[in-house]
Amino acid sequence: MTGSARPTLAVWKFASCDGCQLSLLDCEDELLAVADRVQIAYFLEASSATVAGPYDLSLVEGSVTTAADAERIREVRRLSRRLVTIGACATAGGIQALRNFADVAEFQAAVYARPDYIHTLAHSTAISEHVPVDFELRGCPIDRGQLLEVICAFLADRPPRISAASVCTECKRRGNPCVMVAHGTPCLGPVTHAGCGALCPTYHRGCYGCFGPMETPNTASLSRQWLALGATEADLLRVLRTFNANAPEFRAESELHVATERA
Amino acid sequence: MSHKLGADDHFSLSVEALARVEGEGALHVTVDGGEVTDVRLAIYEPPRFFEAFLRGRGHAEPVDITARICGICPVAYQMSAVHAIEDACGVTADGPIRELRRLLYCGEWIESHVLHVALLHAPDFLGYDSAVHMAAHHRDLVELALRLKKAGNQIVDLVGGRPIHPVNVRLGGFYRTPTRAELSTLTDPLRRGRDDALTLLSTVSTFDIPAAEMDYELVSLRHPGEYPMNEGRLVSTAGLDIAAREFLDHVEEIHVPHSTALHGRMVERGPYLVGPLARYRLNHDRLPPAVQQAATDAGLGPDYRNVFGSILVRCVEILYAFEEALRIVADYRPPDRPYVDVPARAGEGHACTEAPRGVLYHRYRLDAAGTLTDARIIPPTAQNQPSIEADLRRLVQSNLDLDHDTLRHRCEQLIRSYDPCISCATHFLDLRITRT
Repeated sequence: MTGSARPTLAVWKFASCDGCQLSLLDCEDELLAVADRVQIAYFLEASSATVAGPYDLSLVEGSVTTAADAERIREVRRLSRRLVTIGACATAGGIQALRNFADVAEFQAAVYARPDYIHTLAHSTAISEHVPVDFELRGCPIDRGQLLEVICAFLADRPPRISAASVCTECKRRGNPCVMVAHGTPCLGPVTHAGCGALCPTYHRGCYGCFGPMETPNTASLSRQWLALGATEADLLRVLRTFNANAPEFRAESELHVATERA
Repeated sequence: MSHKLGADDHFSLSVEALARVEGEGALHVTVDGGEVTDVRLAIYEPPRFFEAFLRGRGHAEPVDITARICGICPVAYQMSAVHAIEDACGVTADGPIRELRRLLYCGEWIESHVLHVALLHAPDFLGYDSAVHMAAHHRDLVELALRLKKAGNQIVDLVGGRPIHPVNVRLGGFYRTPTRAELSTLTDPLRRGRDDALTLLSTVSTFDIPAAEMDYELVSLRHPGEYPMNEGRLVSTAGLDIAAREFLDHVEEIHVPHSTALHGRMVERGPYLVGPLARYRLNHDRLPPAVQQAATDAGLGPDYRNVFGSILVRCVEILYAFEEALRIVADYRPPDRPYVDVPARAGEGHACTEAPRGVLYHRYRLDAAGTLTDARIIPPTAQNQPSIEADLRRLVQSNLDLDHDTLRHRCEQLIRSYDPCISCATHFLDLRITRT
């Protein structure tokens, strides 16, 4: 493809740590090839040159936490032929969705000298709660390989080949001994969306769920297993309420452990 | 269209969305009758309230949670978090664990500095909008940078599990430590990286770098035997010499309306600067002779003070990080256990470590069960914000004869010289002015 015929790519940031958009710059072996195939039309972290929309593919990082951002995401959607969310913030509200379980006014007063200078919403919400989304890429942060797959798939107008199965399938494929069965280490792998390559169990650690819930997770069974291994209700509550706290399946399961704790 | 500015002009200069910085910020300058009346580096990145939701979490959790403050320097957050909580619990991890932590930090310094030097900042000096545009005419430089960045990420990948938000760091050490054979796979890429880093330094030293001497206080860690990363006392060009636990006796924070990042100031002395320029100036004698020589060859003396030249100092630190990583890899012997136990106890812990952008302070208070009752985090960009504004004021005041577009570009270039990380700076701190 040449010149203006190249499809356009835009990268947008909402409330986030910048890590998922950095993943694009972390594709050291592929970045220049990607830039040959697509026109990077809007990517403020990397370029001061911006091309006006509409854009063929928009990657959206971050969650909506301000009234202005709730407006801005509608404009981004309007300018985008395809819109893909990248990462746990954009897909589930991120770690900053812990405010959803607390009093945001108290949060503001606790951390700001002048809460009146700060404009924020009571909840941190996923992009899909505001506009239709064409695909949600999981992870805190996303995996570079999966990001490249998503970009290629949308440019070729085919669905991305991204598994919605659990981390367990990746552990088995790597030949890892199960950390829960072999070592008694509590692990969220059985209910967590694949994509990281079973990183934590490979490093002898239990999965902490940074890719969010898999398709149809059996969270009740997993919670029973954690308690049997000696984890407390408080441990379960904390691990479910971390980087994907507002993902519906994790949120629903976590609420059961608040109730148990108070009973 | 550009025009020359007369002394009587009233005008404002605005950059609504700063490009090639980490996070969301804007610049507003007002000039009235030839005098700069207002300079605001506005930070509108929405707050995420980390210190608030850390309360009530377990003492093992800040390692993973605070990493999410910044995707560019997650290792810095993990290092300040583990050291502060180990301080609260009275535990020190030494030997190979200490070395592996230092190696991990070398990896982050490399990937973060190279990202900034070559992909975000160099386009300013060579006249491009981005590294991708720059690659059309400077393909070798961009490929060199990507290779260097990849070598840094390989370190973090191997020791930490992945380049962004590593999974392998825990209180007391690591979940799994590498074998000697695994770590030695880094040797070849690091040797190549050391050569590439020298090439990068000599290439950058040919850039046309504007001069702007700074006169404010420079602050960094200083360690008796090494260039500082995880340990040392906090020292300054104005004679500061304190332990991390005294940090808040000397630094105060101001909440201004135009920024969601608090401004840091030295009590009774005002703005100061942390970061590569400060580290280099206060620790030049801790660099190995080969790195000192490379700095000299690039035109950097031991007391280098040009803000616009921070890009050169970053290149020197990239070279140092490769040298240091090679030393650690060569000397490595795995520890008997991958971590030491860090049993919870009631108390307060502090740590400063050297993030790529400068001193990163963490303080935690724990109850006897290890539950966090309070957290305080002061990132480098929040500390540098008043100095950045002071420098912008001086820059605009002394360059009012430049046309509007050139002046705006010069301002942006100055801001990028500090490598501000706006994502880091915005996560909020409570204001508690402490006076000595």
